[in-house]
Amino acid sequence: MTVRQPLPHDSALLHVTGAARYIDDIPTPDGTLHLAFGLSPAARGRLRDLDLSAVRAAPGVQQVLTASDLPFANDVSPSIHDEPLLATGTVHYVGQPVFLVVATSHHAARRAARLARITIDEEEPILGYDAALAAQSWFEGGPRTWRKGDAEAEIAAAPRRLTGRIEMGGQEHFYLEGQAALALPQENGDVVVHSSTQHPTEIQHKVAEALNLPMHGVRVECRRMGGGFGGKESQGNALAVACAIAARATGRACKMRYDRDDDMIITGKRHDFRIDYEVGFDDTGRVRGIVFDQYTRGGWAQDLTAAVADRAMLHADNAYLLPAARITSTRLKTNMQSATAYRGFGGPQGVLGIERVMDHIAHELGRDPVTVRQVNYYAEALFGTGEPRGLSAPSGSPEGISGKMKGRGTPYGAAHSPAGHRPEPNTTPYGMEVKDFLLHGMTADLIARSDYSARRAEIAAWNTQSPILKRGIGFAPVKFGISFTLTHLNQAGALVHVYQDGSILLNHGGTEMGQGLFQKIAQVAAARFGVSTDSVRITATDTAKVPNTSATAASSGTDLNGMAVLLACDAIRDRMAAHLGQGAPVNFADGRVRWGSEDVTFAEAALRCYQARVGLSATGFYQTPDLSWDRVNGRGRPFFYFAHGASVSEVVIDTLTGENRILRADILHDVGASLNPALDKGQVEGGYVQGAGWLTTEELVWDDAGRLRTHAPSTYKIPAVGDCPPVFNVDLIDAENPEATIYRSKAVGEPPFMHGISAFLALSDAIAACGPRYPSLDAPATPERILAAIARVRA
Amino acid sequence: MLISFLLNGETVQVEADPTCTLLDWLRLTGGLTGTKEGCNEGDCGACTVVVQDQEGTRALNACLLFLPQLHGKAVRTVEGFGGTHPVQQAMIDHHGSQCGFCTPGIVASLVAGQAQGRTDHDTVLAGNLCRCTGYAPILRAAEASVGTKLPDWLATDALALAQMDTTALHPTTESELALAYAAQPDATLIAGATDVGLWVTKQNRQLGPVIFLNRCAELQEIEDLGDRLKIGAAVTMNRVRQAVEPLHPSYAEMIRRYGSEQVRGAATIGGNIANGSPIGDNPPALIALDATLHLRCGEDRRQMPIADFFLDYGKQDRRRGEFVTAVTLPKSAPGLRCYKLSKRFDQDISAVCGCFNLTITDGTVTAVRIAFGGMAGIPKLATETMAALLGQPWTEQTIDAACAALTRDFTPLSDMRASAGYRMAAAQGLMRRYFAETMGIATNVQELSL
Repeated sequence: MTVRQPLPHDSALLHVTGAARYIDDIPTPDGTLHLAFGLSPAARGRLRDLDLSAVRAAPGVQQVLTASDLPFANDVSPSIHDEPLLATGTVHYVGQPVFLVVATSHHAARRAARLARITIDEEEPILGYDAALAAQSWFEGGPRTWRKGDAEAEIAAAPRRLTGRIEMGGQEHFYLEGQAALALPQENGDVVVHSSTQHPTEIQHKVAEALNLPMHGVRVECRRMGGGFGGKESQGNALAVACAIAARATGRACKMRYDRDDDMIITGKRHDFRIDYEVGFDDTGRVRGIVFDQYTRGGWAQDLTAAVADRAMLHADNAYLLPAARITSTRLKTNMQSATAYRGFGGPQGVLGIERVMDHIAHELGRDPVTVRQVNYYAEALFGTGEPRGLSAPSGSPEGISGKMKGRGTPYGAAHSPAGHRPEPNTTPYGMEVKDFLLHGMTADLIARSDYSARRAEIAAWNTQSPILKRGIGFAPVKFGISFTLTHLNQAGALVHVYQDGSILLNHGGTEMGQGLFQKIAQVAAARFGVSTDSVRITATDTAKVPNTSATAASSGTDLNGMAVLLACDAIRDRMAAHLGQGAPVNFADGRVRWGSEDVTFAEAALRCYQARVGLSATGFYQTPDLSWDRVNGRGRPFFYFAHGASVSEVVIDTLTGENRILRADILHDVGASLNPALDKGQVEGGYVQGAGWLTTEELVWDDAGRLRTHAPSTYKIPAVGDCPPVFNVDLIDAENPEATIYRSKAVGEPPFMHGISAFLALSDAIAACGPRYPSLDAPATPERILAAIARVRA
Repeated sequence: MLISFLLNGETVQVEADPTCTLLDWLRLTGGLTGTKEGCNEGDCGACTVVVQDQEGTRALNACLLFLPQLHGKAVRTVEGFGGTHPVQQAMIDHHGSQCGFCTPGIVASLVAGQAQGRTDHDTVLAGNLCRCTGYAPILRAAEASVGTKLPDWLATDALALAQMDTTALHPTTESELALAYAAQPDATLIAGATDVGLWVTKQNRQLGPVIFLNRCAELQEIEDLGDRLKIGAAVTMNRVRQAVEPLHPSYAEMIRRYGSEQVRGAATIGGNIANGSPIGDNPPALIALDATLHLRCGEDRRQMPIADFFLDYGKQDRRRGEFVTAVTLPKSAPGLRCYKLSKRFDQDISAVCGCFNLTITDGTVTAVRIAFGGMAGIPKLATETMAALLGQPWTEQTIDAACAALTRDFTPLSDMRASAGYRMAAAQGLMRRYFAETMGIATNVQELSL
């Protein structure tokens, strides 16, 4: 069967030969025009004068558009219509698009865009947390609070208390392919848009609004992205809308791609956070009550900030059963790029908040940080003692899925669970019962695999002998909730055709950004028909084939679309079986179809069905079951299930300069029963390095005028090859998802990102070896922040 | 400008706009879209191509290569590797691509590395950013490619190159250059274009008259003068690294972290000096070595201690029409240590670069030269610090005094790379690192392995 196989990425051969097409590689019609935005030079103010005469006169310029030239909606917001494509009288950040140049070449457009004379009556920009708080500059009318029990009372009554603060920076996505779109005008005023987007339906929606078309007048296509990471969930809207408007205005194909600097200056990044905490705990480190005040800078427009901040609140517990908690979230509005989705979507920030608390408690008690975490873990899952929730597992398969699957709950089930249940219910601060917790067993396993305890002792001894270099070791678990917290997004559609030669064409609502979604889903389709993936052609995501899709985000691509494809395939297969078997059981396997005494190729079976007028095309539709969520009060079951992981990192720092390096990383990660272990391992390895980058070398710097000073890879440093840990052990646990997901697999896109936190904690551990005080390290832990923390612990 | 080069085995003749980059030409004119634009400033490597000439085979960034720089060379893009090159197969087998956008550049760097017989994969790939994989599978592919069969096109391209007529492009001698530059002192001299390229790709500048140095063989010579080494201004940094490796291993190690394989394959030592950057990494080392700079203007030649060349931020002691011809440095400096501090180890511009050249005789400092980059508007000698050390006993107390003196030498600035406070603290840390090293104490996080 094709599922579970470590097949290469479906485009691997195209990638290595340069034949894989991205938006800027698509051949364009003669006369295609190219676009560039003119950008606001000021962070806040009123547009007094916009002199575009030099822009209009520049070589190659065909048209220059401002807000007043836009025929219909001037909005590219994915949420509350607060984000004009082109500025309307006021500007809100340095880099905000003010006008649009349409020219004969990319370079001509860019050159011309610089020639504008923009006069702005500048106002003092709101940039920092404190300035925004003082001005009550926030979204959603102010802070939100969720409560479980009386946290303040529990803290007051606890034997020990700690307070602290951690600040963590944002993160530039740095997808290697910048934002890009191409619009092709059609008859009847319609438009076809090729967009590098995680969310074709959103592009379709915004383009339709901008052209005053029904959505059926706009077709959006995306074969692949050169990376997304959340940065192409909403940030591609502006380019697609601009291209569509220019195409309408000129009658010609229009293309826009951001130069890298423009991309970094214009588009949103990961939300940075400040988290204040107060915790009450006992002498074992067990938390009695905790208060988190999370602050995040959302930038100038709301975009997805509400949902991101919600997810940070939803992960403020991470893996820990908090008897009492108050979590307050303040979403600040600042004169910066509008912060947006980024892998983890607030989750990593929430997780880092409580991991800091666990680290701080362990330091305060002088206890091993792993032990302190273990005493706070949720109770372990006890699979097999109850019925799994949700729809039943895919059934009716001639392949017999259940027969191929290992028993639920192995190897991380009851055997590894601590004795007895806790007295308190195993519920999250938002009232969801945790039934599938795996981290007791996984932690024990990882601690053994990584030889953690012996290494910790050896490092401590080594550090006493090493006056300048200090090593540190850090452990971090992750429990990540899977589902969109905007419940209606948890749906997906698919369209599958079987042709009369037995070849299969596959389409679904998910987009391919490198994660291997298309291959995993092809493996599902191939498995349903009992053929090899060679028989399955994966096509570009296309709003004309599957409508009303959700963004490929929240790690949900495979869960949702895989299930939709499965249902579509099964519908066709059931029709084929009914016709061929006439009631007898029909088996689809090994490229053949067998029933009674018949044994034919799948192609022959398809041909016979075609000739018998059996419909060989079907749609599939899936909705995640059992979700209910009240985001205002923070109560419900927002997640279908949790994905888990744990990691151990070891680092070395130079106490004279703050230079540092990751020496080793060991990761154990839960992907359920993997659909493709090679692709899943790739997500874990890549997630770790990207997560470590967020917390170490990747620093976004704005100056006092609100200008982003790190707007190119020369100044913004994502991990390079030398930052990959020289010892890097990644293992997947093979435990079926107790929930009825696609072949009992689990989502894998975002959860591994949080393994990078163990590298950050290891740095803190190394710093702590320099003196008695707690390092209170902020992120990113650049050499400069590390050196400052060393000075603090010695003080 | 009429340019001839081999492209994927075929001879190409182009009447070139001299500041058209190879990347733009490939994608917009050549119809070869496999080579990607990721940053257009030489920092991501998505546009890496393989270039072969008399010097051998190397990886270069197509976004910072002007077409005239390719005259008489052979270029292979990802479309020209054959499709079944062992590197390509290894990348598939080891799941080395995810989104695939960096992959053509990764493949190009690995193809060049394989041709060179390289096993230092971290260095070969330091100029190729990948955001998806975390590099682990790419490194596995690199390992798997070691020792595999070389593609036939390496030899056939070399043969075709030898038969190509490439006489047209001037200047070809230093004298020709001197004459041309004297006649057009406002011309922009272009050697590797790793800096000038950015004026075009990032600042959208129209350069006006340009003079390409890549055909000027004399500037590319390295001459052994007995106790000194004379390095021509147009010698690439990869060649400088090779030349100084046996003499000054610490300097060579710093060069390994200067730019990337692709940048060092194009960037020249003369360019790094002449552009006068306060954060260029060669000048502090060369100042610490008391190197001599050679300049020429028309027939007029002069030389000076390199420290004197840097007058003020953006201002060098260089006359109109004058150009750097070479730099001469001592072959022996056993006390030289070069330290580069940056947020990321590889391919990052220094926050602070400190170069220490001390002689300790019988426990006393008998000679000292210390220079820093990133601490002032120019690369600069730490004269007060040197005074605090010279003649003093080699003790912690002396180092304390030297660290105090550093605050009199420099008043660094804050920017996106580091604050002024960090720069000073780290510079003092480097002084202490030097001392600790002489005491045999481990100080280098890069040298520690498990």
